[in-house]
Amino acid sequence: MDFDYGEQAEAFRHELRAWLATNLDPGWRDHVDVVDSEASEDILTNEWIKEWSRKLYEAGFKGIHWPAEYGGRGLSLLEQIVYAEEMFRADAPPAGNFLAETLVGPTIIHYGSDEQKKRFLDPILSGEELWCQGFSEPDAGSDLASLKTRAVLDGDEWVITGQKVWTSLGHIADYCFLLARTDPDAPKHKGISYLLVPMKQAGVTVRPLTQISRIAEFNEVFFDEAHCPAENVVGGVNNGWKVAMTTLGFERGSSVTTQALRFRRELEAFIEIAKSTAGAGGRPKSEDPLVRQELAKAYTAVHIMKAQAYRSLTALIEKGDPGPAGSVNKIFWSEYHRWVTELGMSLRGFEGQVIGPDYALDAEQVAYLFAKSETIWGGTAEIQRNIVGERILGLPKEPKPQ
Amino acid sequence: MNFAFTEEQEELRKGARSFLENYSASEQVRALMETDTGYDPDIWGRIGAELGWPSLIVPEEYGGSGFTYVELIAVMEEMGRALLCAPFFSSVCLAGNALLVAGTEDQKQEHLPGIASGETIATLAYTEQNGRWDADGVTATAKKDGSDYVLNGTKTYVIDGHTADLLVVAARAEGTAAADGVSLFVVDAGSAGIERRKLNTMDMTRKQAEVKLSDVRVPAANLMGNEGEAWDSMVKVLDLAAVALAAEQVGGAQKCLDMSVEYAKVRVQFGRPIGSFQAIKHKCADMLLEVESARSASYYAGWAAAEDNEELPVVAPLAKAYCSDTYFHCAAENIQIHGGIGFTWEHDCHLYFKRAKSTEIYLGDATYHRELLAQRIGL
Ligand SMILES: Cc1cc2nc3c(=O)[nH]c(=O)nc-3n(C[C@H](O)[C@H](O)[C@H](O)COP(=O)(O)OP(=O)(O)OC[C@H]3O[C@@H](n4cnc5c(N)ncnc54)[C@H](O)[C@@H]3O)c2cc1C
Repeated sequence: MDFDYGEQAEAFRHELRAWLATNLDPGWRDHVDVVDSEASEDILTNEWIKEWSRKLYEAGFKGIHWPAEYGGRGLSLLEQIVYAEEMFRADAPPAGNFLAETLVGPTIIHYGSDEQKKRFLDPILSGEELWCQGFSEPDAGSDLASLKTRAVLDGDEWVITGQKVWTSLGHIADYCFLLARTDPDAPKHKGISYLLVPMKQAGVTVRPLTQISRIAEFNEVFFDEAHCPAENVVGGVNNGWKVAMTTLGFERGSSVTTQALRFRRELEAFIEIAKSTAGAGGRPKSEDPLVRQELAKAYTAVHIMKAQAYRSLTALIEKGDPGPAGSVNKIFWSEYHRWVTELGMSLRGFEGQVIGPDYALDAEQVAYLFAKSETIWGGTAEIQRNIVGERILGLPKEPKPQ
Repeated sequence: MNFAFTEEQEELRKGARSFLENYSASEQVRALMETDTGYDPDIWGRIGAELGWPSLIVPEEYGGSGFTYVELIAVMEEMGRALLCAPFFSSVCLAGNALLVAGTEDQKQEHLPGIASGETIATLAYTEQNGRWDADGVTATAKKDGSDYVLNGTKTYVIDGHTADLLVVAARAEGTAAADGVSLFVVDAGSAGIERRKLNTMDMTRKQAEVKLSDVRVPAANLMGNEGEAWDSMVKVLDLAAVALAAEQVGGAQKCLDMSVEYAKVRVQFGRPIGSFQAIKHKCADMLLEVESARSASYYAGWAAAEDNEELPVVAPLAKAYCSDTYFHCAAENIQIHGGIGFTWEHDCHLYFKRAKSTEIYLGDATYHRELLAQRIGL
């Protein structure tokens, strides 16, 4: 066992740290009024953050682990981790094209053709093209493979008809990575293709749906004979299920490395609240043995996430694919986060329930409500347990319907 | 032995359910939660005049119908189920109980008839920015000045504080601490020196307000009981309010269970209703277990309140703690079982989730009530 990142990674750390010292205004929060959450519309559309993203891109600090020939930095996963650590350390703004950088980008790198890599990767890193994920449908959520959206090849174009739902950021996205049925006669997992579809076209209608935070961040997306070029299929026609599983693997597994850092900061804020608010007998809540127990449990969980991340990372470096172990991480962090944000709200008491006009929420309130969805999106906590049971433990499947 | 509602009580409950299904359906709740006042004067008027719910616990001599706490919790449960947006809990369970427990004969004669008929909207102005429910939480002051008292301080998180006609205000004599020196006053909400501001809160179905008191003069006749000796009454009022709120929580939790079960039967994934998966079936079964246990705790506490017996100080915090946990858990599971749709504003899951949280915090959270319980059972 060895936590030494090695010379190359440390040199990169050095370089990035120096660059941040001269280029990041530590008072950036004064110009940017966004609620801190990586994938929020606020972040993607805020002019200051867009400019910051662009600056990172131009300085070569985007796509650290992506191939250099497609606009990335061509370094190893270790440098990617170092990057996350340093950004955290410098309290840098959340920047980037989250869904694209974490989901479709890595999927294209894994399965895409050379042309696809050339066409799509660089605009993801530069932030020129935003993406959304078109997987779920009204009748195909957990049972994703039962999706009904059809794509039919017409000359050199796919013609797409159907409906997607819960499409995060669909209303601002330029492209959608979409699953469509391309062979209706094949068994359900075998007739699906993974398509890259432009959103700004006549056949696509986006209808926003409001979340429990009153923010309209996801959408219904209707495809009515929408088009995309025939070559925009990733990983081969009717091979989309396999490609989608890779994307979901990234969704469940890869972000765990940076997650522990974010959770650490959030927990520090809760600890501050406990120290600065009075509890029973007027003493700080942090002196309450029950609160101490809970906060110590939270600290333990964040520490375990970090250690677990190192182990996952080791496996990822060796095998190149997070695999089903990503499900273990997803269950752990999503359930932790649901619990700890509830704890945070309990510590704040009444005050934590007071919001601004027009349902304006602060970052902790958003996190508390949004945590309710983290055990749902990317595969629900129940589905992740099924995956752990069946794919890791090899337990028999639940009985099929008669 | 018969630990169940009588036929008459059961009729009352059923009547409440059917009225609320018509007049506190989702659309009405959603319309009212967007208003500043948070209630519909017509519906509130009918609840007072036709249904007589606010009169249930008020004795006939004060214009009430002289029923008991058991009838009250039967309707509270239904109001919780329907997320009724109305000043019932504030007027009846907070201010009404305060007048019944601590009011002088004159005060009861003067104010209870209005509360019983629903014409007077009243509330308890107790908590302050410190959010505490123990006696030390009260820092607002009351100073004797001639034949008046002068009140100063800021009350906040006051339920319906911005719409109430009448406030029951907790304040203490300067220089006193803890239980010593706390007094209660009946205060006309329109008195000079009172400034009220509605708060925006995550749960929009029940409104809270900040009430600032700057040199508010009230006649000595508005003092409830003896000066500085209100704490014991206050404890009783908070216990009674906790019993009522626990019943509301049972109703909300039951509704979450019903929504989940209904959805689990019709939502099909992998070719089967999701309720056929043990992961979901067991969640629903656990919810039922909790809701039924919470109901037992709530009914027992309602009975103890009706009997006004010595068990109340123990069973009230017990019920409030258990029902708070149950409601919050059921409301969260309800979202999880609904998947994506449960995370939308349009679906009602979140309204219950947010009400569960606001009722959990109000009167002190589950940890606070378990601590009270521990103290009261001699730990
Ligand atoms: C905030 C948010 C953002 C999202 N963003 C996107 C996006 O950008 N793109 C996209 O494509 N999708 C997105 N989704 C959709 C998400 O992936 C689905 O909601 C999720 O897969 C669950 O599907 P469902 O909502 O249809 O619920 P269902 O599948 O109907 O599940 C309902 C309940 O049944 C349970 N269940 C289902 N099957 C089983 C089983 N076999 N065993 C045990 N329990 C089971 C589930 O765990 C859940 O509790 C988002 C969802 C949310 C909440």
